[in-house]
Amino acid sequence: MTYVTDNEPDWLLARPIHEPTVGGMQATSDEALISRIATGDRLAMQVLYARHHVRVYRFVLRLVGGNAAVAEDLISDVFLDVWRQAGKFEARSAASTWLLAIARFKALSAMRRKPEEELDEETAGAIEDPADDPEVTAQKKDKGEILRKCLTALSPEHREIIDLVYYHEKSVEEVAGIVGIPEATVKTRMFYARKKLSELLKAAGVDRGWP
Amino acid sequence: MIASRDKAPEREDIEALLPWHAAGTLSRRDADRVEQALAQDAELARRFELVREEMAETIHLNETLGAPSTRAAQRLFDAIDAEDASKQRRTLSFDLTAWVVGFMSQLSPRTLAWASAAAVVALVLQAGLLAGLFVSQRGATYQTASYGEAATTATGAFALVRFNPSATAATITTFLDTHKALIADGPRAGGVYRIRVAAENLSKDELARRIGGMAEDKNVVAFIVPAN
Repeated sequence: MTYVTDNEPDWLLARPIHEPTVGGMQATSDEALISRIATGDRLAMQVLYARHHVRVYRFVLRLVGGNAAVAEDLISDVFLDVWRQAGKFEARSAASTWLLAIARFKALSAMRRKPEEELDEETAGAIEDPADDPEVTAQKKDKGEILRKCLTALSPEHREIIDLVYYHEKSVEEVAGIVGIPEATVKTRMFYARKKLSELLKAAGVDRGWP
Repeated sequence: MIASRDKAPEREDIEALLPWHAAGTLSRRDADRVEQALAQDAELARRFELVREEMAETIHLNETLGAPSTRAAQRLFDAIDAEDASKQRRTLSFDLTAWVVGFMSQLSPRTLAWASAAAVVALVLQAGLLAGLFVSQRGATYQTASYGEAATTATGAFALVRFNPSATAATITTFLDTHKALIADGPRAGGVYRIRVAAENLSKDELARRIGGMAEDKNVVAFIVPAN
């Protein structure tokens, strides 16, 4: 996975991601808000922040290994970029997709800046290996809880795509735009993420009979 | 056998779309394809249920991640306020050149041409007004060398003079002031001017004396003789 770039690329702010705009009132309102933000409307910024900051925070939090302080700083930076670059926003992409693309770049940049030992420690802390105590988890007979544990044990790459598809409800095209990979790779990566999840579940005592 | 082999890639293709179908983010066309396949393929339908389980738990997991504290919002809006203050300071330090360049760049070529013409007219008018004001303030002390209705028509004693080519306007003016003379006419052929030496008629001797005094100023006068 190639996350390394030296400077923030222009495409984060100016490039259309060519996905269908989510066709409800929400998407239209977001565009209108961003237009107002481009004129320096602080209230519009507050509304956009209120609408999206939790989801952006959760996306970032997963990317930075659960460090809440880092995630909070990052979402401030994400929305500050929106404030500065609103005039460059092209309405061909959904606002939430744009936000997640900026958030992803900033989160991965922040993680690169951290000392490796700190990263490893945090990552190790954040990931619980369900294979460590399969008997205990199986005894709970709580498939949902096991599944959630297995989700946290996925690699950042797999976790990210599952979150984008299931939680952030991003289309194939949108995920391709956010992550910066071809659409075919999006489908393949999602398949392998789910396959890995099934393997982790099987190791935890839950055989789903797939793949 | 052939038919089932043909169906396998299509099934894989459909199966790859199941997560997006569960999330409702497929196009209408793809969603219809998936729906038809699910209706005909029990195993695919079972796998779709696995996808729905994954989705439900992913949402559950994310919802338990909590929300950022107010510190994040505070940090953001403090930064925005700081940028606004900085922008206002920049606005106060008005850059005239940048404003003019920006303003001019917004004008169409036709507008710009009319504006330029108007500016030229305004400059000419202004120059005329200033010149008129200057002349009116200086009054009789400023006249063109060849103009002087009062001098030409008035009676008095006159002389014909040719100034030294090296004499400047300033030295000629000083010369005329010194001798209380005025240029009455000229320049005539050969660069000769008719000057009034005195407002009253002078005797020949007196006129000769005065002209002799003027002729001594060699830096200014190249040639001078009495005139009628």
